[in-house]
Amino acid sequence: MPELTLLTALGVVVVAAPSLLVAALGISSLLERPLSERATARAVSLATGLGFLASVGVFVLMLTGDSRHVVIGLGNWVHIDRAGPEPHYHFSVVFLFDRLSVPFVALSLVLCGTIGAFAHRYMHREVGYNRFFVLYSVFTVGMVTAGLAGTIETLFLGWELVGLSSALLVGFFHDRPAPVRNALRVWVVYRMSDAALLLAAVVLHHMSGEGDFDQLTGYREAAEGTSWPFGRCLLTESQALVVGGLLLVAAAGKSALVPFSGWLPRAMEGPTPSSAVFYGALSVHLGAFLLLRAGPVLDASPILSWAVFVLGLVTAGYAALTGRVQTDIKSALSFASLTQVGLIVAEIGLGWRYIPLVHLLGHACLRTLQFVRAPSVIRDHYGLENAMGGRPARPADPPGNSPPNRLRTMAYHFALERGHLDTVLDRFVVSPFVRFFRACGRRERGWTDALAGRGTPRPAASQPRPVEVEQRT
Amino acid sequence: MSILSLPWAEICVALPLFGAGVVGFLRTPIVAGRWTLGVSLVVFGCSFLPWAALSEGVPGGTWFAVDGLTAPLLPLVALLHLLTVLATSRVKLNRMSLGGHLAAEGVLLGTFAAAPSAPWVLVLFLALGTLQPFFELRRRGNPSRVYVLHMAVFVGLLAGGWVAVEVGATAPGAVLLALAVLIRSGTVPAHLWVADLFDHASFGTALLYVIPLVGVHAALRLVLPVAPEWILDGIGDVSLLTAVYAAGMAAVENDARRFFAYLFLSHASLVLIGLELHTTISLTGALCLWVSVALSLGGLGLTLRAIEARYGLLSLSSYRGLYDQSPALAVGFLVTGLGSVGFPGTLGFVAAELLEDGAIAAEPFIGVWLVLVAALNGIAVLRAYFRLFTGTRHAAPIVFGITPRERLALFVLSTLLLGGGLIPQALVASRFRSAETLLRGRAASTGAEWPADAHAEH
Repeated sequence: MPELTLLTALGVVVVAAPSLLVAALGISSLLERPLSERATARAVSLATGLGFLASVGVFVLMLTGDSRHVVIGLGNWVHIDRAGPEPHYHFSVVFLFDRLSVPFVALSLVLCGTIGAFAHRYMHREVGYNRFFVLYSVFTVGMVTAGLAGTIETLFLGWELVGLSSALLVGFFHDRPAPVRNALRVWVVYRMSDAALLLAAVVLHHMSGEGDFDQLTGYREAAEGTSWPFGRCLLTESQALVVGGLLLVAAAGKSALVPFSGWLPRAMEGPTPSSAVFYGALSVHLGAFLLLRAGPVLDASPILSWAVFVLGLVTAGYAALTGRVQTDIKSALSFASLTQVGLIVAEIGLGWRYIPLVHLLGHACLRTLQFVRAPSVIRDHYGLENAMGGRPARPADPPGNSPPNRLRTMAYHFALERGHLDTVLDRFVVSPFVRFFRACGRRERGWTDALAGRGTPRPAASQPRPVEVEQRT
Repeated sequence: MSILSLPWAEICVALPLFGAGVVGFLRTPIVAGRWTLGVSLVVFGCSFLPWAALSEGVPGGTWFAVDGLTAPLLPLVALLHLLTVLATSRVKLNRMSLGGHLAAEGVLLGTFAAAPSAPWVLVLFLALGTLQPFFELRRRGNPSRVYVLHMAVFVGLLAGGWVAVEVGATAPGAVLLALAVLIRSGTVPAHLWVADLFDHASFGTALLYVIPLVGVHAALRLVLPVAPEWILDGIGDVSLLTAVYAAGMAAVENDARRFFAYLFLSHASLVLIGLELHTTISLTGALCLWVSVALSLGGLGLTLRAIEARYGLLSLSSYRGLYDQSPALAVGFLVTGLGSVGFPGTLGFVAAELLEDGAIAAEPFIGVWLVLVAALNGIAVLRAYFRLFTGTRHAAPIVFGITPRERLALFVLSTLLLGGGLIPQALVASRFRSAETLLRGRAASTGAEWPADAHAEH
């Protein structure tokens, strides 16, 4: 019993430490009294360090004890109770510590802490230093919440925080239009991904009446001590296909799987530290994490498992090909990252659980290192040449193994255009949507003019004109 | 006799009307502004007293009396009016009709304080409420025909419906009242007046006319108790169509005021959908969303108004890069905008969750559409943020930062949104009790079945 109390306390610290960081940085910013750079760096180190130590503590207690599956409830956030069989509603905040969430959260805190220390120097005296760390802390809370979520709704909470902070950090250098355009595109994909996740929660509620992962994955009904990855889905095959399909769409949006891969290189507009931890290491893996968490649902539907496997392979192939023609280091790394994410997803589709988890953890660490070295890659290359005494020899193409020229050209164009994925989405989804509603807008204005009488002057919005202040407000 | 025995609901209605008369005699805008602010502050303080009297069991009057539903709405309305005056810059005071502002506040408080047992008082105040925007449009010489046409039909349907219900023709009366509610709430296709009002009236007047969701109040008091099931279904269908349509329009609109108008229409329709489902959970969600929408869109509107006051009419067709000019306004825009779409950590998140949950229990198909509407509204808000505050560096010789008054107004609204998001239980419990009372009243008057919500646990 004392062990469980200690475990609960440590679990609360894992979540509370980054939450307090958000509060400290956010409230001081809202009051326009931001912390100094030194104080910010210390707060980041303290929060991530404390959270990490607590997560290690949980891990040790779980290893030394018998439990591999600990549910920590923070009580009912919202509850409506009535006596008898009358309706009642509970929104409880539940965190789940098991073989999947503990390593993932520990990884998140390690990488966030490391990159926080790196960013303290990288962003030194940058105009948006404080803004960067506020968004960074929101991201950390989002990752921890999503990683430990015991219900789909709690996962959604973290998922949304990760999405918003990611989009705003992509547009961090916001005095240029390109980062902002790309940030909006990332946000649109994330919102669609969020909608799919929420729909999954909706459908799950409708089918089973609950949104707990325990219920979804059958741990609650399983034998004592059973936990991830040995769950059994309580949904029927067709129900699992529907819920799992929506979760797959959500994961595809978050992890930039085909056909949503277009946003990943665009996200590289942000500062290198955020690119490293977001798109190289953590948030790009969040979709794969979701699929691992919902593993029993995939197991319940062979069609869904195959879909996951095929989508992972297609994404890996697409990213491997596209990455070969990238001409800047961050884009090349982002596609390299996507290749591995595709493979991880394919492994999940094959029904493996530990291999993709280990693959995910290792890949996140390696890619973070590569991303933070990216700004100094030319210097590194010079160092390599100096050490070797000359340029390394370019490997010759193996004779007879090259594909025909036409095929090579086609593949080159395909890769250069990044598979035309963005073009397809723009032409068949975005443009019809915008055209339809713009046409509605024009028609509405026509009707309004007709009702108002011909020639009604309608003020038009324009460029900034401070002298016009008196006219309208 | 305790101080709570005084007729505070009547006093809340009379005070701003009296203040309007006094302010009307003042010729110096600065002095009139101070008086208006003072009266608004006093009214805000007094608006809590009917609530306190209710909790002490003091009976209300014959014409004006608050209940569990309306008691928190009086301070909400008074707060929105107070903050609007507070955030009005001094140079605008000579163009703003301060007397009209206070008179509109009195009429709006009368609308919400009208006793449930005296529906004619509600009908009268709903009709009177349409006058202030009309007078402002006329005073400014702006076109008012679209507004007048819609509001004339609204008042006609409202009066006709009430008379029909009073003489016993309940079903036809309910149809007329439902149509009146749909017009006042701006549902498609009777929504043109909302964008037109934002085009031609001052932002403050348009904001205060739509944000308190008077149409929803009329639906709860006049339609819900008497309407048969199929009328509520009809309101729900039209509202769902409006929510989706307006969300799509907000996502592509290039005029900041129209963007705001469509965002409001989408949210107002979401609240109406919650009423139509008439289960306790969905109704609780709708009532919570009502408060959330008033606070968040009130804050968003005041932010847009403050930016307009500096830079004139705002277009979203190009980037304006105003972040560096006023980071506080940018943050305020983001917090209130995301609060309106139910982002986690804000009051809207809980409200949207409850509404979604109620929708699933009653009609899963509607639940799916609600999710898509929330996604589209989120895209619209961030698109507007990027267009207004980022994308370029705004070169101006003078930096127009946020003023202390504007900062206070935004701080209050943001604190309520975020605080309500962190500790939502009190509001949810209070709205749940109101939802139960409303549905019990409906069951008693129409013989409708008491809703059996699905058990919901997260």
